[in-house]
Amino acid sequence: MNVAEKKARVIEPDSLIGKRIPKMDAPEKASGRTRYIHDINLSGQLHGKILRSSRIHALIKSIDVSAARALPGVHVVITAADIPDQRPIGVAKDHFPLKVGRVRSQRDEIAAVAAESEEIAEAALKLIKVEYEDLPVISDPEQAIMPGAALIHPEPHGADGSHLHLKQGMSIAHKGKPDNIAMRFDYVHGDVVQGEAESDVVVEDTFKLHYVTHCCMGVSGMIAEFDASGNLLMYSNTQVPFLHKREFADYLNMDPARIRIIQPPIGGGFGSKLDIYPFEVICLYLARAAKRPVKMLFTREEEFLASPTRQPVLLTLRSGCKKDGTLTFRQVHTLHDNGAYTSWGATTPFVMMQTFSSLYRVPHCDYHTAAVYTNNPYAGSFRGYGNLQATFAIEQHMDMLAEKIGMDPLEFRLKNAQDAGETTGQGMSFKSCGFKDCITTAARRSDYSRKARENAANRGKPGNIKRGIGMASMLHVGGGAKIYPSDGCGTILKMDDFANVTLITGASEIGQGSETVLSQLVCEELGLPISAITVVNNDTAITPWDVGVHASRTTFIAGNSAIGAAKKAKSKILAVAAKKYDVAEDELDLRGGFVIQAASGEVVVELSKLLRNLHFQDKAELVMTTFYYEPPSVHQDKGFKGDVSAAYAWGTQVVEVEVDTDTGQVRMTKVTGAHDVGRVLNRLGIEGQIEGGVVMGQGYALTEDLLIQNGVMKNPNFRDYKLVTAPEIPEMDIAFIESMDGEGPQGAKGVGEAPSICIAAATANAIANATGVRMYELPFTPEKVYRALRGQTPKLYWKPWKAD
Amino acid sequence: MSLKHDIEFTLNGVKRHVSVDVTMNALAMLRDVIGLTGTKYGCGEGECGACTIQVDGVSLNSCLMFAVDCDGRNVTTIEGLANDSKADALRESFVEHGAVQCGFCTPGMIMQADHLLHKHPHADEACVKRGIEGNLCRCTGYKKIVDAIVAVDGA
Repeated sequence: MNVAEKKARVIEPDSLIGKRIPKMDAPEKASGRTRYIHDINLSGQLHGKILRSSRIHALIKSIDVSAARALPGVHVVITAADIPDQRPIGVAKDHFPLKVGRVRSQRDEIAAVAAESEEIAEAALKLIKVEYEDLPVISDPEQAIMPGAALIHPEPHGADGSHLHLKQGMSIAHKGKPDNIAMRFDYVHGDVVQGEAESDVVVEDTFKLHYVTHCCMGVSGMIAEFDASGNLLMYSNTQVPFLHKREFADYLNMDPARIRIIQPPIGGGFGSKLDIYPFEVICLYLARAAKRPVKMLFTREEEFLASPTRQPVLLTLRSGCKKDGTLTFRQVHTLHDNGAYTSWGATTPFVMMQTFSSLYRVPHCDYHTAAVYTNNPYAGSFRGYGNLQATFAIEQHMDMLAEKIGMDPLEFRLKNAQDAGETTGQGMSFKSCGFKDCITTAARRSDYSRKARENAANRGKPGNIKRGIGMASMLHVGGGAKIYPSDGCGTILKMDDFANVTLITGASEIGQGSETVLSQLVCEELGLPISAITVVNNDTAITPWDVGVHASRTTFIAGNSAIGAAKKAKSKILAVAAKKYDVAEDELDLRGGFVIQAASGEVVVELSKLLRNLHFQDKAELVMTTFYYEPPSVHQDKGFKGDVSAAYAWGTQVVEVEVDTDTGQVRMTKVTGAHDVGRVLNRLGIEGQIEGGVVMGQGYALTEDLLIQNGVMKNPNFRDYKLVTAPEIPEMDIAFIESMDGEGPQGAKGVGEAPSICIAAATANAIANATGVRMYELPFTPEKVYRALRGQTPKLYWKPWKAD
Repeated sequence: MSLKHDIEFTLNGVKRHVSVDVTMNALAMLRDVIGLTGTKYGCGEGECGACTIQVDGVSLNSCLMFAVDCDGRNVTTIEGLANDSKADALRESFVEHGAVQCGFCTPGMIMQADHLLHKHPHADEACVKRGIEGNLCRCTGYKKIVDAIVAVDGA
């Protein structure tokens, strides 16, 4: 057939990239049809409930479950004694799902019940009698780290007090610890002594960061069922299905191949579902014992009590610069409240050190941290992963140093900000870098310099409302993170006989919109409308392997993987079309559902027709598989030197506030953000990520405060734990810097965590701009601000702690 | 174990007769007895708005209402918010404006917005913000939700 002879139809070029594409699952969600874990019920299902400790730190002397077992409708009651093969869980393997002999925090799990209904299960919990012997409570990390402090995980002793010699390699849950130090990180580049000697100005301050928690709108829950052959099916909200499959198998002493995890739509993640928590393993124990499906759902109070938190940090930062504005060094000591057990929160220093070593050019950096055990709630991973805490200190010091040398803070930042092509002292290599663009864009759009000047001049004038403007910037991984030995994600792509595509990806959807972005990338490659794609992303029996949703990695890693599969499909299709229509393969392209002549846009054949034909031919093989792994780069060595991500995201946020000096009330009026995201893929989705992150940052800065007193959580509810509500949100002006990362999918980098990171730091700078008073401790509640404005806040000082 | 009570009410336009525990709240009745799961449990204390329904045209937190108090009333849930062009426009607007992320707060948000727009058909931004103050969202930062509701004006 001679294509040119016919009056050819021409398909104009079009692109899905950068468009406002509505989230694919939004219609279902907006009509209340989406079935979350809470909405799924299996026939024959029992309801599980957990008895938690009524003490903060105590020995368990006895547990009597006889009355609970006798209650009609109760199927199973378990305590640690019923599960002799319990294995320790958590990042440091330092606790058992059901606690053995000792409770160390308010949330501690003592017993669990599976019953016909939630009401019966709750009634059964009330019948369980526990005798305790109280131990001293350690709720202050400064106290916990002192030599001679009572131990949270003491080494076991024999009945005669003799030291038990336990095997090397045993976990902390078995062998205890001779001190309360859960984890330590020490990092150095350059020589801070030399750095300080070269400095004209040095500042040192202590900053204190508080407890906050995720507050996912959907409470935690899961369903577990063992089939007749002993295979386990879990309906789980995990962000990490593949790695957790293996872990769950370990805890149950079973073959991981016999575990299947289905992830129903998740009511919010933000990092909270990155670890395995006791309730999940306990639910499995109950299902195993009951030989029935068991569903377990938290109440909101339980969600507060037994969810991870952002890690509270006490931080002393010493920084210096020269008179010309060159940064000289940063010396940092931090103390992290680990809580009673170790989850990912303890590893946040890994991210914090990147910010200390590499946000701006820092010739000399010395960073030491200890996460210590206390009887407080244990900290997990939370959007930003330590970066909010580090940025809070650094960006305040940037303003303070600038002020000391009499330099404009904007100019000071630009002088020290990096460019593309630089490698930091830690070895992080910035291939794409829009840092300076972020700073100048945010400053210009917010009219930062003029307002900062005017606000400062206005401080002494009459009137109780003082306006302030403050800036902060951030650096975060944007191209995956080499936390595990690799950072891979697989894709299976199936083309059907109507030119519809099924994208089967290992990447989980947790509300962030990954299914839509991945679909865009695939459809862009194949020249198809977004309506031509179906995404399967929630069943480990079907989807290929992935290391999980974390570290802002999904767009980058899963996106590259999906593009890889789409490219394979495209090249297969074009090869067939070229042969069939006798056109050179490289002269063809896919566009608008057609195979076209690339140069003219003229239609060669309708894609669906070609594919239908192909399906009836031998070896059509229209299923493509790919895996994407991070590009080869220098892995970090034992001293944490080296690259951790294939790309880095940058952002600058300018916060404007009104401080009422009569009441201490701080109102956030406007946030201007500029984010280097590589490239905008879905404008609607990325705006939503940024706006949501900004308001989460606003809560961290102003309203959210999980109050822990002597190990007891005082406000486990939305009445007393104050999330930001709609009338309080600031005006938001968001700009995107498109640095087109060479390795990123269509040039994009990750952005999920970025928008929360700078807000608290920029707010502190804004309050200082408004009032001349510096805030060292979060959150900026009216009471704290009121006192600080009246000089009633003693200067924080935490003496850097050093062990041998 | 506990005292039951028979009630009759209109749910999403259909007459229902159910026997409910006197201590049960309307949320549990809708979800566990009747099986309509679009109404969400977020806190059980009337603080988050995820369980918002409309009773006789007024929005309220179903977790704070006894199921027996539905007797003789006209109850609408997200599943029933269908026979009305304003509700369709609202749902579409949420989708188009990117007001849905994890989606858990969305049904309650839409029930509240629907009520708000019936009361204030031309609600401006400030009015909408005030109107959804009792509905918490952790994903979106509210902006796109407010935009979505304001955009329905005149629809």
